[in-house]
Amino acid sequence: MANSTTAPGAATAAAFDRRDFDWYVDKAVQAIVFVCGISAIIFVLGIFVFVTKEGLGFIVNHMNFHEFFLTPYWSPSDADDPEYGILALMAGTASVTGLAMLVAIPFSLGAAIYIAEFASGKTRETLKVLVELLAAIPSVVWGFIGLVIMNPLIIKWFDVPVGLCVLNAGIILGLMAAPIMTSIAEDALKAVPDRYREAAEAMGATRWQVTYKVVLPAAKNGLLGGVLLGVGRGFGETMAVLMATGHAVNIPNSIFDSVRALTATIAAELGETVVGGEHYQALFTIGILLFLVTFVVNLSADLIVRGIRKG
Amino acid sequence: MFQASALNKRNESVQKLYRMLFGMMTLMLIAPVLLILGTLIAKGGGAISWEFLFTAPTDGMRSGGVLPALLGTVWLVMVALMLSVPIGVCAAIYLSEYAGDNWFTRTINLAIINLAGVPSIVHALFGLGAFVIFFGFGTSILAASLTLAVMTMPVVIVATRESLQAVPQAFREACWNMGATRWQTIRRVVLPNAITGILTGVILEVSRTAGETAPIMFTGAVFFTPFLPESVMDQTMALSLHLFVAATQVPGIADEVPFGIALVLIGLVLTMNSASIAFRMWLRGKKKW
Amino acid sequence: MHGRQSKGGAAASPIKLAVKDLRISYGKAVALQGVNLEIHEHEIFGIIGPANAGKTSFLKALNRMDVFNTGMRVDGEIRFNGLDTRHLKNVYALRSRIGVVFPLPVGLPMTVYDNVALSPRWRGITNKAELDVIVQRCLTRAALWDEVKDRLGALGSLLSGGQQQRLTIARALSQEPDLLMLDEFSIAVDPVTTMRIEDVLKELRQEVTIILVTNLVQQARRLADRTAFFLNGECVEIGVTEDLFTGEVKDKRTRDYVEGRFG
Repeated sequence: MANSTTAPGAATAAAFDRRDFDWYVDKAVQAIVFVCGISAIIFVLGIFVFVTKEGLGFIVNHMNFHEFFLTPYWSPSDADDPEYGILALMAGTASVTGLAMLVAIPFSLGAAIYIAEFASGKTRETLKVLVELLAAIPSVVWGFIGLVIMNPLIIKWFDVPVGLCVLNAGIILGLMAAPIMTSIAEDALKAVPDRYREAAEAMGATRWQVTYKVVLPAAKNGLLGGVLLGVGRGFGETMAVLMATGHAVNIPNSIFDSVRALTATIAAELGETVVGGEHYQALFTIGILLFLVTFVVNLSADLIVRGIRKG
Repeated sequence: MFQASALNKRNESVQKLYRMLFGMMTLMLIAPVLLILGTLIAKGGGAISWEFLFTAPTDGMRSGGVLPALLGTVWLVMVALMLSVPIGVCAAIYLSEYAGDNWFTRTINLAIINLAGVPSIVHALFGLGAFVIFFGFGTSILAASLTLAVMTMPVVIVATRESLQAVPQAFREACWNMGATRWQTIRRVVLPNAITGILTGVILEVSRTAGETAPIMFTGAVFFTPFLPESVMDQTMALSLHLFVAATQVPGIADEVPFGIALVLIGLVLTMNSASIAFRMWLRGKKKW
Repeated sequence: MHGRQSKGGAAASPIKLAVKDLRISYGKAVALQGVNLEIHEHEIFGIIGPANAGKTSFLKALNRMDVFNTGMRVDGEIRFNGLDTRHLKNVYALRSRIGVVFPLPVGLPMTVYDNVALSPRWRGITNKAELDVIVQRCLTRAALWDEVKDRLGALGSLLSGGQQQRLTIARALSQEPDLLMLDEFSIAVDPVTTMRIEDVLKELRQEVTIILVTNLVQQARRLADRTAFFLNGECVEIGVTEDLFTGEVKDKRTRDYVEGRFG
């Protein structure tokens, strides 16, 4: 320091403005974390590229749009005349996901409202932990539950020959999706500033009135986003629907019919196909469809949730 | 307002009614699952023993233990973590410490949401097309773990980003004002105060990775192999797939075997999750600023 | 500028910092504009003015904090030691030569010792004995040593507000800066400690140039050789401090502010 006071000026000025080791380390780290940062984009693109690469042959050479989307006959292993209609599979996925949402949406919204607005202290913490643990149960365990616990129960209670059906898978999927939707919905409710609640309560409103008139409208987008993510999750679920639906290609007439889902079809059949074969490529084509639909669902959920932050 | 006591009373009972309604809904969400878990324990508890954990399946998987599947899951999780944790943590550092608030960052965030939201079976297709076939890893632990790593990376990214952002901005600015580079600031001030939060995320990822089935079905896990894995290029059994196989593909299996497997799997996953939650709560109690 | 017979003899010293046509804006909002000033070696340069005058933005611009703040835009020329800070190869090196103390005290979440040893360590000093000397000297100068000498291992972020403020000052001193900028440092500190730190600043003038931003006009009067008056994003007046207080001002607003009619 003593030196810098006796000899200030241009010489010192030039001396300090040099790129040192730390400067280069900083630049290197910046480059590394940037590459990792964009890795998520690379992976999503990679998924699309590789799944399309394997499935493209089917779309170009064999696929008849009308047959593929509008006929319910899926018999790819028929050696003479394989048929690739996914209408029944789509119906299976839609019916199971739809029923699951009927189960999950009211209960998870109710639970979210209870946890966010009514419960307090220890109860609240305990419930949140429980919900988080429920969300962690692996899907293959859920499938197992559908297979060995729900199946006999449904046969017994409803007096039907088979308990692996839309109802079974719908309930299982609903129970699976509910914890996730609950925690997203709870986040959305908690994101509503407390001053809104305080202002309404100061005017003499009860907790329910506050929730209904103030909190729910303010959290509307977040809740909708949570529901959409739940739909996406149910739609893409594989192991549980593979094990609990009965896996029969069928357009369901009642909730006791067995069905087969798009995801489960891939999981069940891919192992028996020849790499690069028509059947193999057809399954990848279903994969492209699944990717695109979940992409759109996730994108809309994100846009809707972002809507509340802007507003 | 003062004469409105009758209205107030009515409001109060309505309030109680709603409170009960939502409480019931919460209960109905949780109770069935607890019942189911109880059933699993009741039916599978008898199967659990040291022998069950540490011997191989015998008699065409109809009896015996789960050792190869358990070890396989450990291998898959470890290799997946070695890939996803460094990349995930670095990605979170980029997002939290470097990225601006612009369309590019939003695109990355959207990609992360999608990575977590794409169906697991599509990840399996990706793993098969990319790692098994294109990169030529064959069906191996490496290919399966890469697939799992890509799929579960968002867990690490989100947890890490949250704990990085919990470090007050003022600390960073204090360092910058002293002439610290961004990296010096991250290394000396940000990371040391976020590391426990990052660990919480890593434990959570272990639990997620261990439970996944679809992504490993065609990339590295097999229904049965008598060999324990010795390198990342080996195929392996895995606990989650083993449960699927035991429940659907093995005729004449004793009831308690798949229940036992389910119990081991769920025990592993829930223990990891509880550890992560307990860790997080312990953290919250420790005040550093 | 009126007579140059200031108490520090600043006119004789070389120019440390030269600011020309400085304009700072955040998006469309202009925080400060039209600033032209020169600060000399070993001078204590005071900046007074009410809130939102652009004082803090001024310090941030000198420190090139606009690099890390995408919303902040700085136009005009700032020369530090004759070097144009707009065209630096290593902005970190500039910052390490400028010590800053902002009004909100920040004790970093590490031990008191590590707080003060942080900057020396970044400079490459690893010798424990050498670090001990620096830590003790800086903490003593910041009037904190007596209070923390027995608990150098305590977390800096859990000290009291006043202690954290002095820790921040000690940290700025540990940089061995060329230029020390203090932004309303006395906000979080009691009057006795304020006086002690003021004494230290007078002493430090032998070694460093000091920019003292303050909301206490009397503090500027006690310490500053020359003082600038900022008001609503504009530099209203720069003059020898005594002149501003004895009414020798060019702008009526300066007198009004100094005499406490607003602010």
